[in-house]
Amino acid sequence: MSARAAAYRSRWVEPSILPGFNLTLGISVAFLTAIVLIPIAALVLKAGSMPLDELWRIATEPRALASYRLSFGASLIAATLNAVFGFIIAWSLVRYRFPGRRFVDAIIDLPFALPTAVSGIALATVFSPQGWIGRWLEPLGIQVAYSWVGVVVALTLIGLPFVVRSVQPALAEVDATLEDAAESLGAGRFMTFRRVILPTVAPALATGFTLALARAIGEYGSVIFIAGNLPMRTEITPLLIVIKLEQYDYLGAAALGLVMLSISFVLLLTINALNGWRAARALGRRR
Amino acid sequence: MIAAAQGVRADAANDAGSRVVRIALIGISLLFLTLILIVPVIAVLGHAFADGLDVYLAAITSPETLSAVRLTLTTAAIVVPINTVFGVAAAWAIAKFDFRGKHLLVTLIDLPFSVSPVIAGLVFVLLFGAQGRLGPWLDAHDISIVFAFPGIVLATLLVTFPYVARELIPVMQMQGREAEEAAISLGANGWTTFFRVTLPSIRWALLYGIILCNARAMGEFGAVAVVSGHIRGLTTTMPLHVEILYNEYDLTGAFAVASLLMLLALLTMIAKTTIEHYGLTRRRRLPHIPRGPKRNDPGISA
Repeated sequence: MSARAAAYRSRWVEPSILPGFNLTLGISVAFLTAIVLIPIAALVLKAGSMPLDELWRIATEPRALASYRLSFGASLIAATLNAVFGFIIAWSLVRYRFPGRRFVDAIIDLPFALPTAVSGIALATVFSPQGWIGRWLEPLGIQVAYSWVGVVVALTLIGLPFVVRSVQPALAEVDATLEDAAESLGAGRFMTFRRVILPTVAPALATGFTLALARAIGEYGSVIFIAGNLPMRTEITPLLIVIKLEQYDYLGAAALGLVMLSISFVLLLTINALNGWRAARALGRRR
Repeated sequence: MIAAAQGVRADAANDAGSRVVRIALIGISLLFLTLILIVPVIAVLGHAFADGLDVYLAAITSPETLSAVRLTLTTAAIVVPINTVFGVAAAWAIAKFDFRGKHLLVTLIDLPFSVSPVIAGLVFVLLFGAQGRLGPWLDAHDISIVFAFPGIVLATLLVTFPYVARELIPVMQMQGREAEEAAISLGANGWTTFFRVTLPSIRWALLYGIILCNARAMGEFGAVAVVSGHIRGLTTTMPLHVEILYNEYDLTGAFAVASLLMLLALLTMIAKTTIEHYGLTRRRRLPHIPRGPKRNDPGISA
């Protein structure tokens, strides 16, 4: 390498005696560009090729608005349910010893590994009015399958591991001496929880919530079987994109795709910021 | 003395109270998991075997199912190695060097995690489809990507892109650079250093990443559904075959194929649990591998 090249390189990469920087960074950037960046750029360009008012018209037509409402509403409810129940499950796993604890700990990740088509048809069948669970809910007047409730159930299932796996390590790190101190100073159980435990776990809980939300908004496979897919009522945005594609309405699909992509970016940035918050917290605690 | 007695009584009440809370919380956890996860999983098996073993075996050995299995295995056999090479390369660059734009690179690698699978399929339809940018050229040269095997591979590649990298980066960052630097200063070349020094200490994370990547590659539905075109026996992977059977009201068939995918998920879970257990005990036995993040290393933020 010439001296000039070396000087140029040192401006953006710290010198190191380890080899392989050019090779591995080259492979990374090349793959990233070919597999992720160029295809996503194609979507942005396609949507950007139409006039802005046209883009706005497609993105805000009533059927699209109804689909956003369902996708966001159901995802928010599901992520909230996950935050509550995920926290309780994480708490039980970290704080208590009970028969079957290791089994429960192991199956938490199952929604990660289970193909969405499988969980989709399983939930649709179990929660249908004749299904194993649905038949008990039917007399109570609760219809899960083919309604927005079913969408929430499916999104809750796929989001569950995110909250549990984020909160678990944070709960394990809560300093027991702080809790004892709070209790010995007269704080009740609820106060100890609110003032000592919750602040420590909050960043992890927020990360888990956001991860579950991000996953839920984009989810397709596990929802379409249980949702019923009625336009304006139980049609999620990803499904509307698929329908537009099947009608060869590529511009319409690209417009809705751009909306969803923007939301993904915002959530990705939120997750990054939350990770930063968590890291800052962790450093602060250690000092 | 009275105070002490009160203290004891308060403790006893507290114990009884915490017992109730404890039982309630464990009960809520188990009930929630049973309703939303365990019952549906058991239902898959229940419906798959509802008409007896013969019907089940017939369903999973039908020519269409077999061709779906073949397509799914072929796709995974192409996608997983590519994403493994990428994941190892990316983790080496990110963990062993400091360079500008590293944070951006890590964020972009994570991008497919937060993009909807439908979008992951859509982008390739827009790029290579008949109305797409490259569509006319591909058509003129008689190359079909969308609604064909290459499209399925590309969509699966995009969806599973971060899996291996995501597992390796934190582990390699935690282990620092001293071991590799020592090997290089002692005269080992780059490849020897990687295979003799780095690989042994990351093999469990690598294996775990590959297993997760494989599970997602074989189970992906949304992205593949968009690019495949659902040509029976040609472009239907196993998850798509499940959908087709289900929509044709062949519940037994749908759940029979689903049970195969569920077996894959269960094997993935067992492998994960084993790796975590074995990897951790191994790590404890080998004291020279650092167990946790170094406190002052700002590189560990993820």
